[in-house]
Amino acid sequence: MKVDEFLYHEARLLDTGQLEAWLELFTEDATYWVPLEKDQRDPLETSSIIHDDRTLLGLRVKQARHPRAHARLPLARTVHQVGNIMVEDGKDEVRVSSTLQVVEFRNEKQRLYGALVEHRLRRMNGSFKIAHKRVDLVNSEGELDGIAILF
Amino acid sequence: MAPHELERLATLVRPDRVHRSVYADPAIFDLEMERIFGRAWLVLGHESQVKAEGDYFTTRMGREPIIVVRQDSGEIGVLVNRCAHRGSMVCAEGRGNVERFVCPYHGWSYDRAGVLQAVPFSSGYEKGKLPFGLKAVPRVALYRGFIFASLATDGPGLEEFLGPAKASFDDFVDRAPGGELEVAGGVFKHAYNGNWKLMLENHLDGAHPAWVHASSVAVARAAPEPGKPGEEHYYDIAVRQMRQNGAPDAVWEAIGMWTTPHGHGYMGDYHSDDRLVAGMGNPVFDEYRKRLIKHVGEKEADRILRVTLWNTIIYPNCSFMSQFRQLRIIHPLAVDRSVVTTYSFRMKQAPAQMFRDTVAFANVVNGTGSWVLTDDLEVYERLQHGLSSGAVDWVYVGRGHGRDVKEDDGSARGATGTSEIFMRAQFAAWLRYLSQ
Repeated sequence: MKVDEFLYHEARLLDTGQLEAWLELFTEDATYWVPLEKDQRDPLETSSIIHDDRTLLGLRVKQARHPRAHARLPLARTVHQVGNIMVEDGKDEVRVSSTLQVVEFRNEKQRLYGALVEHRLRRMNGSFKIAHKRVDLVNSEGELDGIAILF
Repeated sequence: MAPHELERLATLVRPDRVHRSVYADPAIFDLEMERIFGRAWLVLGHESQVKAEGDYFTTRMGREPIIVVRQDSGEIGVLVNRCAHRGSMVCAEGRGNVERFVCPYHGWSYDRAGVLQAVPFSSGYEKGKLPFGLKAVPRVALYRGFIFASLATDGPGLEEFLGPAKASFDDFVDRAPGGELEVAGGVFKHAYNGNWKLMLENHLDGAHPAWVHASSVAVARAAPEPGKPGEEHYYDIAVRQMRQNGAPDAVWEAIGMWTTPHGHGYMGDYHSDDRLVAGMGNPVFDEYRKRLIKHVGEKEADRILRVTLWNTIIYPNCSFMSQFRQLRIIHPLAVDRSVVTTYSFRMKQAPAQMFRDTVAFANVVNGTGSWVLTDDLEVYERLQHGLSSGAVDWVYVGRGHGRDVKEDDGSARGATGTSEIFMRAQFAAWLRYLSQ
């Protein structure tokens, strides 16, 4: 699978509600990061909108399935639009920069997010696994409504 | 105020219920901005946000855009962010360091005290006829490093206003070795389509976590076990905290719930997890306790660590967790729209791991993308929808009513930890502000 096909595949899993299959794209040592601040370098001494290891990311998927997850019932419908894919092939990992636009609809409200995204991918069985994903929302420092979707 | 208006307001608040219009009527919101936010002492932040001369940050007091700035005198000034000329905000929203506030419209400039310094085309004015400068907020005061201001020229002093709630700020500061605290770790800003009071009420509500946070409690219970000292994982703090929200009913009933005459309130803590609160036997906490002892001695250190408080509410718009070093300020934008800023604090002399725990705690509980907060926000919005309906008039706040206990320090205690005494106290203060 080519890198761009992999990113489209990832987006498709999120947009069709296949969250468990999406989670499987991540390595066991993966980190998933939506920083709070522009150019944030540190996830441990500065807060993040999301900063998850693989265990916590798994809990997010499980919460989405819980019958009393109020902010996730029903789950938002989304479109993840991936663009401007640029690939930098490294020795062990492929570093991918892209842009992301997400349209979210839930409870009669439509929201639009824009982000710069960075993936670090590892080649595995003819495809890839995500070792690190960073999503820098353009409004991360703005006044945000609660975020109950995955990017 | 016209007598009929006063009478009408008084009918909205009864001993065990309030009328839904207090959450939904834009005319009442206007009165609140004038009579509550225009008078009460409001928490603006902490002195560590303006350490050096010229350091400033912007905020709001009700509807007023505000600049908090460290002046050349070393004092903290609170100015209305509005040019004396044509009314533009002189300072963009945010924070930084300034020598002069220069209005972007016609270049009127003000020093750090807000005094007008230079006016382009000044020959068009008669000498001595120019306005003095930026309007200064009339009353500014500090309590243990926290910055307060009031838009009213008179009213109770800050210490009288805080009353027994001072102890919560004392707890916040006393826990820091050497009393050294600073705002650090980023600022969350989250918004919801709901009235400002909804969040304030929720923060003292021990009956809600089992329901609102059922999903995060459930996934945390099913999560892998947190590690022992030396074998800890990144996920531990999040899992531990989410599990604690599932404390049994008896725990919530047993924690204390107190209110003060000015509508403030605070509750005892429900945490039993030693890794989250200053429990002993953990190497990080042992080191922390040692550093605390170095400053205040063993007896005082242990007294400090025995205080177990969860949320404190400073009416009308501040909520903080002294033990977990989180402080939130609720800014009402409209009757059905509010924005909340959330700050974390670092104890400068505590072990570095403690601040990492604070950040992890902030992310899981108070963050915009948190498992916990998102469910609270969803409920606020559902409340606002329900309260906008005219089909039913009353909101019931009667749990524990008639069983409140008067304490020696002037506070009142709920009969149990889930008593709605905090709402009754907030609405008593609300009616007092609005009736004056």
